Amino acid sequence: MSNLTDITPLRWLMRNPIWGFVVIVFIFFSLMSDHFFDYRNFQNILVQTSTIGLIALGMTLVMINGNIDLSVGATLALAAAFAVDVQSWAMFATWGNWQILPAVSLALLVGIALGAFNGFIVWKTGVDAFIVTLGAMLGIRGLVFVYSGESSFYAMNFAYSDFSALSFGPFPVLAVIFLLCTLIVHLLLSRSVHGRNTYAVGGNREAAVNAGIRVGPHMMVNFMIIGFLAALSGVLLSTQMGAATPNLGRDYELWVITAVVLGGTKLTGGKGDIVGTLGGVLAIGILRNGMNLMQVPAFYVYVILGSILIAVLILDKRFNRTADGGLRL
Amino acid sequence: MLLNRLKAGGPAIAKQGILVAFILFMIVFSLMSDRFMTADNIMSVFRQSAIIGVMALGVTIVVIGGNLDLSVGSMLSFATVLVVDLHDKIGPELAIPVMVLATLCLGAINGFLIGILRLNSLIVTLGMLSAIQGLVLIYSGGQNVDIADQRGTWFAFFGRGSVFGIAAPILIFALLAVVFHVIMKTMPFGRKVYAVGGNPTASVFSGIPRSRVVFMTYLISALCVSVAAIILGSRVMGSQNNVGQGYELQVLAAVILGGTSLLGGAGSILKTVLGVLMLAFIQNGLILMGQPYYTQWLVTWAVIIVAVWLDVAAKRGRLFSPIA
Repeated sequence: MSNLTDITPLRWLMRNPIWGFVVIVFIFFSLMSDHFFDYRNFQNILVQTSTIGLIALGMTLVMINGNIDLSVGATLALAAAFAVDVQSWAMFATWGNWQILPAVSLALLVGIALGAFNGFIVWKTGVDAFIVTLGAMLGIRGLVFVYSGESSFYAMNFAYSDFSALSFGPFPVLAVIFLLCTLIVHLLLSRSVHGRNTYAVGGNREAAVNAGIRVGPHMMVNFMIIGFLAALSGVLLSTQMGAATPNLGRDYELWVITAVVLGGTKLTGGKGDIVGTLGGVLAIGILRNGMNLMQVPAFYVYVILGSILIAVLILDKRFNRTADGGLRL
Repeated sequence: MLLNRLKAGGPAIAKQGILVAFILFMIVFSLMSDRFMTADNIMSVFRQSAIIGVMALGVTIVVIGGNLDLSVGSMLSFATVLVVDLHDKIGPELAIPVMVLATLCLGAINGFLIGILRLNSLIVTLGMLSAIQGLVLIYSGGQNVDIADQRGTWFAFFGRGSVFGIAAPILIFALLAVVFHVIMKTMPFGRKVYAVGGNPTASVFSGIPRSRVVFMTYLISALCVSVAAIILGSRVMGSQNNVGQGYELQVLAAVILGGTSLLGGAGSILKTVLGVLMLAFIQNGLILMGQPYYTQWLVTWAVIIVAVWLDVAAKRGRLFSPIA
């Protein structure tokens, strides 16, 4: 999808206005706060954004498809609960640190399975993904509470809760995982057949069917990818806290959708990319981190984010008005 | 099989799927628990469902007009905190109109952005959800608010009072449901909302002021939220600053269960009332059967998907989607 020849930085920025915003807030906070422009703080921002960022990667695929997934926050919580709880099952008691392996594998499988279930329902019933995943969001959250008996799980294995403090040289491991996933999903979307089909299905579903794309299974794969990423995000979040609470990830779907839309992905499908989504995720991350450092109460972040989201929409409408040249009354 | 039978029974039965499901649930719960079908229990379910119910009325009208409103949850927090906080400062007779006006302003912002500027309603109300939540927190300074004199104020009537033995929240909910039903079914405004939601372009060609109609639907939604806030504030006599969090999705679930299409142009106020009551009775019935509180969400999950599936299937004439 990318056109690398004769593309100037300015034109690139016109197409990805969110990166302009990222640069502006970056410079703003560097000037305003003594603690912002610091390598350790950059590490922090990447680690803090990795949770929402991972899910946003999957959401980009699903939204380019013309679908949406509201169940990611609940999936994250269920995966985190499994990852922390399964370690302490009696059958793995003698496994030492290896007990983490079945726990994390099971958590990721649960994420993939829930995604597959959502995708299968959307495929076979033809019910809108918004409704299917709205139901799943309530239902999976119910599963979390039923499974956990409404209480939190705590990781007894310190190898697990210390994982998030590891780093590859100067790079914290969570940031590395996030950036690696970003690169993989970017390549998947921009260089693979599956990626091209993703745009085709979202752009014009009927044409995609006529071109021989099996739309149903294709959408299901994207739901499995977002399920996997939500579960991975849940596992990483639980290593950071050393625990899994049943309310984990509540409202994350809203943050994720905000980040993806800021990145220029259209809800109607067919448009968007990972570079934009990364910009949207970083914009939210830098804004939260910078305002925190300037000791602005967290309340204002909500107002600013909401306003930016709407402002982006208005600007988008201004510049792309030709697309909707309909009657105005 | 099921579908053939639905068709054989004529469109009349197929259209009343929610009513059939509702009656089935009621029968099952009455058989499983002898406390379910008692006047006390039925009344208490009605009372509990009033807040979500009143909000669902407004959201139904927005959805029939072809849009979504995800900001009602935050708006409920905003309105409840405002009315409770102002109650002790300027008295209830001033607090209520001030709160209603402020909430209508939020609705007008939604209406302006979506009706006049034609922005995507999902994203706009998502942004408003976040912005209004922030406003509430700034206004309250993160503190919860409450009313000092809980017994001496007539404000207590809306949540705790009753007329002829029927609780005030039920009366308010029933009254609003009837009013909006009449507006949507018999008045020009109602027909315009259906027209705009069903086919926006055609509605414009028919001379319907599409922008103004959409704008009005958001004002109605905000008005419903402010009524819900009066009931909630009066019942609790206080408010947490995130009291409405997550309400938007429960409300939407009830509206969808009532068979209102998210595409707009179809739906009914009375069926939304059925959707609201069905969710409330599922919750109540499962608790009376001794199930954990959260089981209701699992049942809701299944009920929503099956209900909408059957609806979609009846429209296209086959059970499974033709997508390859």
